Amino acid sequence: MPGRNALTIIDTRTPNPKSFIQGATGDWEVIIGMEVHAQVTSESKLFSGSSTLFGNPPNANVSFVDAAMPGMLPVINEECVRQAVRTGLGLKAQINKRSIFDRKNYFYPDLPQGYQISQYKDPIVGEGKVLLDMGDETIEIGIERLHLEQDAGKSIHDQHPSMSFVDLNRSGVALMEIVSKPDLRSSDEAKAYLSKLRTILRYLGTCDGNMEQGSMRADINVSVRKPGGAFGTRCEIKNVNSMRFAGQAIEFEARRQIDILESGGTIDQETRLYDPKTGETRSMRSKEEAHDYRYFPDPDLLPLEFDDAFIAMLAEGLPELPDEKKARFVRDYGVTPYDAMVLTLEKESGDYFEAVAKGRDGKLAANWMINELFGRLNKEGKSLAESPVDAGQLGAIVDLIGSGAISGKIGKDLFEIVWTEGGDPARIVDERGMKQVTDTGAIEKIIDEIIAANPDQVEKVKAKPTMIGWFVGQAMKVSGGKANPQALNALMKQKLGIE
Amino acid sequence: MTDLTRLSIADARKGLDAKTFSARELTDAYLAAIEAANPALNAYVAVTPDKARDMAEASDARIAKGEAGPLEGIPLGIKDLFGTKGVHTQAASHILDGFKPGYESSVTSNLWRDGAVMLGKLNMDEFAMGSSNETSYYGPVVNPWRAKGSDTDLVPGGSSGGSASAVAAWLCAGATATDTGGSIRQPAAFTGTVGIKPTYGRCSRWGVVAFASSLDQAGPIARTVEDAALMMTSMSGFDPKDSTSVDLAVPDFAAAVERGVKGLVIGVPREYRMDGMPQEIEALWQEGLSWLKAEGAEIRDISLPHTKYALPAYYIVAPAEASSNLARYDGVKYGLRVTGKDITDLYEMSRAAGFGREVKRRVMIGTYVLSAGYYDAYYVRAQKVRTLIKRDFEQVFAAGVDAILTPATPSAAFGIGDAAMKADPVKMYLNDIFTVTVNMAGLPGIAVPAGMDGQGLPLGLQLIGKPFDEETLFAAARVIERSAGLDLSPAKWW
Repeated sequence: MPGRNALTIIDTRTPNPKSFIQGATGDWEVIIGMEVHAQVTSESKLFSGSSTLFGNPPNANVSFVDAAMPGMLPVINEECVRQAVRTGLGLKAQINKRSIFDRKNYFYPDLPQGYQISQYKDPIVGEGKVLLDMGDETIEIGIERLHLEQDAGKSIHDQHPSMSFVDLNRSGVALMEIVSKPDLRSSDEAKAYLSKLRTILRYLGTCDGNMEQGSMRADINVSVRKPGGAFGTRCEIKNVNSMRFAGQAIEFEARRQIDILESGGTIDQETRLYDPKTGETRSMRSKEEAHDYRYFPDPDLLPLEFDDAFIAMLAEGLPELPDEKKARFVRDYGVTPYDAMVLTLEKESGDYFEAVAKGRDGKLAANWMINELFGRLNKEGKSLAESPVDAGQLGAIVDLIGSGAISGKIGKDLFEIVWTEGGDPARIVDERGMKQVTDTGAIEKIIDEIIAANPDQVEKVKAKPTMIGWFVGQAMKVSGGKANPQALNALMKQKLGIE
Repeated sequence: MTDLTRLSIADARKGLDAKTFSARELTDAYLAAIEAANPALNAYVAVTPDKARDMAEASDARIAKGEAGPLEGIPLGIKDLFGTKGVHTQAASHILDGFKPGYESSVTSNLWRDGAVMLGKLNMDEFAMGSSNETSYYGPVVNPWRAKGSDTDLVPGGSSGGSASAVAAWLCAGATATDTGGSIRQPAAFTGTVGIKPTYGRCSRWGVVAFASSLDQAGPIARTVEDAALMMTSMSGFDPKDSTSVDLAVPDFAAAVERGVKGLVIGVPREYRMDGMPQEIEALWQEGLSWLKAEGAEIRDISLPHTKYALPAYYIVAPAEASSNLARYDGVKYGLRVTGKDITDLYEMSRAAGFGREVKRRVMIGTYVLSAGYYDAYYVRAQKVRTLIKRDFEQVFAAGVDAILTPATPSAAFGIGDAAMKADPVKMYLNDIFTVTVNMAGLPGIAVPAGMDGQGLPLGLQLIGKPFDEETLFAAARVIERSAGLDLSPAKWW
């Protein structure tokens, strides 16, 4: 946010050697703050009635207001205000009952008004926080503010030899700029922050979080310092549109700054761009070239005001958020914090899990979801919504394992059948004779036959008890994998006289 | 047959309803007058005869069916600042060359809804920046009034100079105008017409080319107080498309015109008695007060202590907003485009060629006062002054004052190309000395002809009212109009 007055930065973190970057002169610590632009989920734009639908032909979503025709005036879209307040509540943030829209003035062909309507000194949302799970540690990242602003259009430079084209479909679409405090200390934390923010926005339904479509983009402020030392000069990396690129850009930028400082140079405060092709950041403009945006309150709009009842109404309608859901999963279903985090990354997976786990062994349900279902979905590049195995089917599989009707190993086969063929798991087990053999008589019969047929091996196992594995394997093979492994093991030891 | 163009709106309405003449005849009379006079007065920048006749015929049909609206068949001129669908809308600027909007402003839509007929678009200072109508890309408008025995062309005032001149010279029954710092009231005073700037928020700004958004208001210029009230009633009203428009019922302003001033308290602000103010202005002011007193008003001396800061603060706030409002005229989307080697060149060349000197001056002032390091010293302080000016008025009204009487302008109309004003833009800005405070405070103000100066040129008085109390202004202005009993017919030289 060039032009904004420098904040007094309070360092809330204790330097953690695990995140240090090694330089020639010793360790360095990277300091990261993010400005995330999240497109508000709304049917129409922030100040006009035009559609926000992605993928329409160029300039299909343009009204007289969006095209900045003379005499056109902005009128606030109340749904965008509600979405911003919901998001603020989701970030446990201060909601400002009075906020002001300002004009940020600059010339660009895809900015038809010659100014962007944004919020400068008085944003709609103030300080809040986001919790990140980093291994066994939970860290708190401060939110400085959230404000509403208009998106710009798009300039297209590759369609004509001497002219540029402008597509105003995005012009005026509502964005939330979510500004973090400089509390992030590694590229992993930065990625975790983006991921968590996206999860929260998706839970709230206030932004779809699709980075590849540009509905979530990040400006990343990076500086380095000696661990615990004074903050360094920061550079801002503009418009990073994937989590992977965010990580790469931070790694590169931190290293670049360290190299400069270690060779006796100084960092110029500047705006940089990350190029995914080279994996490098390059200078876009220096502080001296920074625009003077001449912010002032937009006289076409009154201050945005609402009351406590408005906030309360929105708070009441909020869904359960990921942190709360995660805590509840740990508490009610006995799953590990890590599994709970994985299961609550998306609202849909949490819902799926609850459908599977309700009335069953929560841990077993979590294992089956994370290892089998997610593993398989990932392998096939499918989303949970596209899963051929629904929660009822996975629940039935968990039931069959839980009751001992099938072993875990058979369970995997069963999962495979349900995945590819569909059907009711219990019936499949019945029809295909997959039930686990726990009848000791039947197992004894198999063991006896194997012992009788292999006298040489029986001699050997007496000398070397670990050979028992061979007998168990043979017996399991004969049973078609259906013998209850515990029962088989115990009986085999008994018959062979091994302790 | 009498000259139909000389009829007031009120009388023309009666004649139309009585079918003494048709709307088509009335419109034809004005079109003929425009054709004869416009080469000399330059009041219209675009005349729309076909549209006018079509609208007049539609009016006749509605009158025949007994469905006449309040302004049915009344031919109006429209300031070029108002967006009129498919019709020349250029704010009298070169940069909007060829621009015809795909929309109709809310104010003009209201007028057409009530049956009015559009004659064409009226000249004005470029982007409403000026007090003499000399900054128009289409050349200066000439005032139909001339000093006794002189053939010198005088300015009609500005920025609504085309509106004022056309109304005074019978080239329309009434005209729309806009007022950011005095652009309705000063030209009305210079041309012997009545002009009212209503309370900020009374008229929608939607579809009106913006100059300074927090100050701009539309209003009428007409030949009588009653006509202004009739137009004001139609032009006003809440508009959800303008966030600054106020959701209040619109009174029948014409019904308030003959209400009188008995029992009203009229304030006389001592700060408006300027050094070097011409004796005839002072005398006019006193005469206005005596008329109001004679009709039962109480006259009370009041103080508006921050008055002297109003003009400098205005020349910070208005250019600041204008510099941003005019950023959209960049040669990219519509209007004039001068191409260069790159986009920056295109911006610079289009804006250099498209904007006139006064517009450029104000864009530069506005850019300067908003820039980093100067914002607090200029813009923020000007806004504080604005708050103080508003408070001055609030205190006076709270103490029981109903309206305030002041001169409308420091002088009568001056000559086109006045050397002193050309040499020093601030001299030109001083024309708005009595009117800008009203815009800064968002209050209603009306200018009404009250007398003639020694050279036979009209002079006006201004009445300032409480927020949304335009009715009292119409009533008090009517008393002045009746008491003055002026013949406001400029000798026809054109």
